[in-house]
Amino acid sequence: MSTPAPLIEMRGITKSFGAVKANEAVDLSVAPGEILGLLGENGAGKTTLMNVLFGAYAPDAGEILIQGAPVRITSSADALAAGIGMVHQHFHLAPRLTVLENLLIGLPGKGGRIDRAGGLARLAEIGRQHGLALDPDLPVSALSVGEQQRLEIVKALFRGARLLILDEPTAVLAPSEVEGLFSALRSMAAQGLGIIFISHKLNEVRALTHRCTVLRHGRVAGRVDDPANTTSAAMAQLMCGHEIVPPARGPSTPGADVLTLDGISTSKHVGTALREVSLTVRAGEILGIAGVSGNGQRALAEVISGMRAPDTGRMTIAGQTVSRFSPREVQALGLGRIPEDRMTTGLVTNLPLADSMVLPRIGSEAFSSKGLLKPDAIRAFAEEQIRAYDIRCPGPMTRAGALSGGNLQKALLARELAFDPKVLIVSQPTRGLDIGAARFIHEKFLDMRAKGCGIIVIGEDLEELLVLCDRIAVMYEGRIVGTLDSTDATIARLGLLMTGAEGRG
Amino acid sequence: MSAVFEQIFQVGFLAAIIRIATPLAFATLGEMFSERAGVLNLGIEGIMLLCAMTGFTATSLSGSLWLGVLVAVLTGMLMGALHALFTVALGLSQHVCGIGVTLFSSGLAYFLYRLIFGQQSVPPAIKGFQTLPIPVLSDIPVLGPAVFNQFALVYVAIIAIPVAAFVLYRTPWGLSVRMVGENPRAADSAGVSVIATRFQAVILGGALMGLAGAFLSMAQFNAFTFGVVSGRGWVAIALVVFGRWDPWRSAGAALLFAFVDALQLRMQASGLGHIPYEAFLMLPFIFTIVAMAVMSRNAVAPSALLKPFRREER
Repeated sequence: MSTPAPLIEMRGITKSFGAVKANEAVDLSVAPGEILGLLGENGAGKTTLMNVLFGAYAPDAGEILIQGAPVRITSSADALAAGIGMVHQHFHLAPRLTVLENLLIGLPGKGGRIDRAGGLARLAEIGRQHGLALDPDLPVSALSVGEQQRLEIVKALFRGARLLILDEPTAVLAPSEVEGLFSALRSMAAQGLGIIFISHKLNEVRALTHRCTVLRHGRVAGRVDDPANTTSAAMAQLMCGHEIVPPARGPSTPGADVLTLDGISTSKHVGTALREVSLTVRAGEILGIAGVSGNGQRALAEVISGMRAPDTGRMTIAGQTVSRFSPREVQALGLGRIPEDRMTTGLVTNLPLADSMVLPRIGSEAFSSKGLLKPDAIRAFAEEQIRAYDIRCPGPMTRAGALSGGNLQKALLARELAFDPKVLIVSQPTRGLDIGAARFIHEKFLDMRAKGCGIIVIGEDLEELLVLCDRIAVMYEGRIVGTLDSTDATIARLGLLMTGAEGRG
Repeated sequence: MSAVFEQIFQVGFLAAIIRIATPLAFATLGEMFSERAGVLNLGIEGIMLLCAMTGFTATSLSGSLWLGVLVAVLTGMLMGALHALFTVALGLSQHVCGIGVTLFSSGLAYFLYRLIFGQQSVPPAIKGFQTLPIPVLSDIPVLGPAVFNQFALVYVAIIAIPVAAFVLYRTPWGLSVRMVGENPRAADSAGVSVIATRFQAVILGGALMGLAGAFLSMAQFNAFTFGVVSGRGWVAIALVVFGRWDPWRSAGAALLFAFVDALQLRMQASGLGHIPYEAFLMLPFIFTIVAMAVMSRNAVAPSALLKPFRREER
């Protein structure tokens, strides 16, 4: 087709946070009716670039043109007035206000009052046009995540957005909801809206977008003019700067048992309880725990990491029986843990990264003596790990919460691996991470395995488990219903076990 | 015993409840607006005291009651702006700044009062607001003399409650206030100025606290004493929680507290003299604590209460 005048054009955008250049001389344009994919790994500067476009950050250099005319966008009000709408990764909604109130916020109203009738009519019209129906009087807290996202899209259209930015919209959706979102987006594009779709899921980008801009380390690494006919591998290479091959897992040479659970049961406190769970992890092997989330995985992780004592059963770490079940005891016996929720049970988000990185071992001689911290040693340790694991952050004193998910996960991994655990328990190791970061984490696991560490990986992503694990145990309703060697395991067999269909294996 | 109860439950008792509830209603509505926008104003106790002083002084010097009310309201707005400057513009701790505002305002009130009136053996007094019966309505039996034969400021309070509810729930500004108190980032991304909205809400709150102070020194006591507020500001903070940050419920909470307070006053005056009067004085506060414990367990504060908003923070 002919090239229409760009709806929006960004030229030479540069934005730094302290010493980190989040964006450097980035150019980008979107035509009316076009869906542009904005690709890049976590921390490549996608979100920053869009926050500049939406007026949340002021760029250090560069200009923004709308239909050829330069504009200054210094606040979200400016962006909205310029016809730019944004659906953030973390929704900007007030949960206790209703759908309609969330839509009408910031609008002038009618005769000094909220224009309820006008709002309802407009909501119904948008719902009809794009298949985005919502109940106006429900509080937002009563909506599903998918519906909240729909509300965010409707909110942008409500304000007459001509360009819609979606920041990793599919990260929060179930697979069945993704198709609904895509058809709504296609319908909007067909009516002349421009859409910027931010993602690092290559199959989605290939299915949806007309054109892609790829960012790497804050710069434009390349553009893809025909995503549907470009291979995922080629795009991944643009994103990461090098070819991505899945890690090769050599044959395992398991040694002695490093972790055994024998008849562990818990009574029900939070979530599904464990019922007579027995399992063994040997030195130099990776055991996967597969299962639909909510089948006792959390209780299992909590027992093994000493956060919850079982009612019955026995657990040993490196041959020694765990008696008191405290995090300190299991750690002293040689257990390392990377929890499922990095932000709440992993790190202290409001403290400097360095403090979080030594927290589990704060009492050790390395970091304190006679009840006093050794700040220089703590800082030096953190700096060393930041270098060794390529953790992207301004420095060890950065607030941990300011790091991206991939960098947080690297920091947690660094913290545990620095002390050569005999056994490592990891939940959802690569959830929310991009290809490069996930690859890095996998390689580290395989390194540890080669060094004789026993690793237990709790996960939902079967493909990941099949790549990593020597054996995979399946949990269903608090029991281990089967254990397969990686040579026999297929997604189909694991899937069947996960539904409880095959009984005890 | 029945004679005691007869003495307590009469038309005068109802009128007393309304009168006692009025400054609490103003103060509670004021605190509610501030907190709905996400700003706890612990300066309320001191702001009420300072406003009681400035209002009283203006009336004492000019002879005009309404000029005194105006001065009290302006004082409240000024102190609200000061609190907002610290907590909204500079993003400092709302607890610390609020206590600071209370200490500063109280000290300033005492200081200015001494400066203007000096040390007098008989404290100066003004001719305060007189009851203003409303024609026709005040002739309704029971309700008439209780509600419609009151000070003008009582009527202002009665009107202020539905107006506050209308502003909060039916106007775009009220929606902005609720939004910045729940999710300031959402309000910001919708083009609402979080800073301006919070400033406005805290200043409006200050104006209402000013009315509360004016009522105390210009209608209830007709003099300024250092104990003129005596904890009513703190009670208002509790009543906001008790009233679940809603204008109607907050006003209801003020009435309930006033009922217990009026009751204890009558009990002091009646034949129950063998109980020390301090025991009765404690009653409203015990009631507040019990009511808070029972009723407020699942009260949910505005999500962004106490949280300063900074735009570029990640």
